[in-house]
Amino acid sequence: MSVLLDIDGLKVVFESRHGDVTAARNVCLSIASGEILGVVGESGAGKSTIGNAAMGLLERPGKVAGGTVTLEGERIDGLPPEAMRRLRGAKISMIFQDPLTSLDPLRTIAEQLVTTMTTHLPLSEREARKRAVALMHEVGIPDPEARIDDYPHQFSGGMRQRVVIALALCAEPNVIIADEPTTALDVSIQAQILDLLRKLVRTKGAGMIIITHDMGVIAEIADRVAVMYRGEVVEAGPTRKILGDPDHDYTKSLISAVPRPDVKLDRFPLVEHIESAGSRRSLDLKTHWLGQKRDYGALDGPLLSVRDLEMTFRVGSMFGGGRRSVNAVDGVSFDIAAGETFGLVGESGSGKSTIARLVTGIYQPTGGAIVFAGTDLAGITRRRELNRHRRQMQMIFQDPYSSVNPRKKVGAIVAEPILFHKLAGSRAEVNRIVADLLDHVGLGAKVAGKYPHEFSGGQRQRISIARALATRPRFLICDEPTSALDVSIQAQVLNLLKDLQAELGLTMLFISHDLPVIRQMCDRVAVMRRGRIEEIAPTEDLFERPQNEYTRHLLKLMPKMTGAAA
Amino acid sequence: MSEVEGVVEGETIGVWGRMVQSDLWYSFTHSPLAMISALFALVFILACLFAGFVAPHDPFNLASVSLFDSLLPPAWQDGGNISYLLGTDDQGRDVFSTILYGGRISLLVGFLSVAFAAVLGIAVGLVAGYAGGITDAIFMRIADIQLSFPAILIALLIDGVFRGLLPRGLHDEVAVYVLVLSIGLSFWVQYARTVRSSVMIERTKEYVQAGQVIGLPPGTILFRHILPNVLGPVLVIATIQLALAIITEATLSFLGVGVPPTQPSLGTLIRIGNDYLFSGEWWITIFPGIALVLLVLSINLLGDWLRDALNPKLR
Repeated sequence: MSVLLDIDGLKVVFESRHGDVTAARNVCLSIASGEILGVVGESGAGKSTIGNAAMGLLERPGKVAGGTVTLEGERIDGLPPEAMRRLRGAKISMIFQDPLTSLDPLRTIAEQLVTTMTTHLPLSEREARKRAVALMHEVGIPDPEARIDDYPHQFSGGMRQRVVIALALCAEPNVIIADEPTTALDVSIQAQILDLLRKLVRTKGAGMIIITHDMGVIAEIADRVAVMYRGEVVEAGPTRKILGDPDHDYTKSLISAVPRPDVKLDRFPLVEHIESAGSRRSLDLKTHWLGQKRDYGALDGPLLSVRDLEMTFRVGSMFGGGRRSVNAVDGVSFDIAAGETFGLVGESGSGKSTIARLVTGIYQPTGGAIVFAGTDLAGITRRRELNRHRRQMQMIFQDPYSSVNPRKKVGAIVAEPILFHKLAGSRAEVNRIVADLLDHVGLGAKVAGKYPHEFSGGQRQRISIARALATRPRFLICDEPTSALDVSIQAQVLNLLKDLQAELGLTMLFISHDLPVIRQMCDRVAVMRRGRIEEIAPTEDLFERPQNEYTRHLLKLMPKMTGAAA
Repeated sequence: MSEVEGVVEGETIGVWGRMVQSDLWYSFTHSPLAMISALFALVFILACLFAGFVAPHDPFNLASVSLFDSLLPPAWQDGGNISYLLGTDDQGRDVFSTILYGGRISLLVGFLSVAFAAVLGIAVGLVAGYAGGITDAIFMRIADIQLSFPAILIALLIDGVFRGLLPRGLHDEVAVYVLVLSIGLSFWVQYARTVRSSVMIERTKEYVQAGQVIGLPPGTILFRHILPNVLGPVLVIATIQLALAIITEATLSFLGVGVPPTQPSLGTLIRIGNDYLFSGEWWITIFPGIALVLLVLSINLLGDWLRDALNPKLR
């Protein structure tokens, strides 16, 4: 096997008015033909920067400040743009993350493939088209002769990613850099795409760098792994060795933070030194503010009972006549007992988030009943009465960047529910409670005067949690609370949620597409598909003895980390 | 990346500290054009505001105006008088002083009508964007209809209606407010459209849903949460429309339907001077004209800079 691409001592800096920021330093990587190298790390670790630097695609103000990139024995760093353009696509090509935006929406697949081929290879248009059809067949697009003249929007996400792969391969490059190629795809499609990539690399003898944050993807496809942390490769070696017996502390904590699909643990171990998150004190619920007025009266039966819930969205223009209905939630029933964590799992578009928004009252259901603590919420007409119930349930959202108002200080964000529901006597008391809540979620008591943009995604999610706690809820709805976070941050946030639940006796509805996360968090799980519940079972039963066909299908696709540290 | 590093150490840096550290301030201090424009606009506005102290003469105090000094050329020309730097008009009023006093009226009309248009437009945009459906459709069709008339025509129409309704003497007194009303009513559409589209984006964000889950009423969500997030583009429109409003006022006054000659604005001054242009007394109209052009240009350049600086795509 010959070395195709060799990156030696690469240093990339971004110049800014606050001084240079080094995004990558002293990075050494190489790939041979037929080999797949995984580059894994969390956001901001410099993974994508490496890929872009190798391709000559660094955008200003980024620049290569040292080291060499050698492609098949020739140095390619510092080549003039025109020479680099000739190489890109022909010798080295790239597969991007988002298949929805990496194709030109105005040109047919045929045009895009043929232009790329005729630019780099000595082919006539007719020959190029013939090869394009063969290539589409190869990447698994059914009926390529008919579909080649379609536009990108006529393909599904997974099919589009296949087209992107075909586009990356069409000029027969020897090196392919795939930057998070499956992150935007559902798990069932992810498995197919990874299979395809592996097969193509083996048959064509190309070398591939696959950049990902997902240990599961690495385990599935990579021969060797390089772990990146803060711009440096901290550890590199064969996949089995790195995943099974890592040397570096960071790698160890990264692997232990990956939720395990096979067994439920009480907490995620070894995650404390990743992002400092102040030590937590336990609180005494009897004397603490959060524990006041918690005597809701005896409750027999479930805390939340959802009966035959239906939600129909009307889509299409008001005048066009093309209005049709979409049944986002179609006859869903489930109960959640007090103190329980109930999971909703399903692929995107299965109606999970809609259910969360129906329960919290953001949407009004078109049918069915939501009974909370014995009261049918639809039957309450007075706003004050409704607010009294709503206060007891709060929600934590998916996107940490849009779920806190960027124009408000953190203290004001957390204080708002307390002030609105008049849960404290004086302004000074409110401030004290806010500081205490922020401290309790691990942000420290002094952050109230800062704005959200001064915090990372994980910290913002903690702000969201503090805001949710500020109404003294007893029911918490978590809608994909960690799917936008890095895996180590996810572990910390999930640990926090578990601690809070134990301390405050919270009941939770936990929504996720991620089966291992569900397994770690939930007592019972409902599997959703196209607005309906396929199966409800206690978590262990569901994972060990799935009854439903679709559940089995989902479980089979779940990425398994072979040889994960026990 | 750098943004985060810059702030982590500082506990609270205060409003001024935050402003000096901000990207906007950086962009401002690195754009000579923006700084020159801001300086000119600031000096002009201050000079007009304190015209009573800055101006060498009081052109509207009949006791201090002398017909003997009428139609004097600028100081550097033959027959010029050093105390009348830019010459005098047909009634012996100092042109430099009338520019300052006239600028005051122009700026007053400009600021008031922009404020009026902004308040009206933002309110309509907020309601239309948040409520959606029929409400949105009605407001936006009104906006579409209004957009199909030129702003100056609407201003003329409103001014004409008021002229018909009010007795002559009263009209002169409230002329400024009629102008503000007519210019404001023809300018609100742009705010409404911009705010509406921003609100439609913001209202789907999760912080708005978080407010709904807390139980906040729509008004609170709209004004306390959404409004501060849609004001960026409004600031840009307001700056550019300030220049436009001043021009519109000058146009109306030039046409004789603006402020009366007893309280002349820059536009009125240009109209008065226009009569003397061909008899050789060019300074009566040219200097107010130059003042108007420079003022509008500097505000426009500021607006352009602000638009670019607030648009992350251009950075």
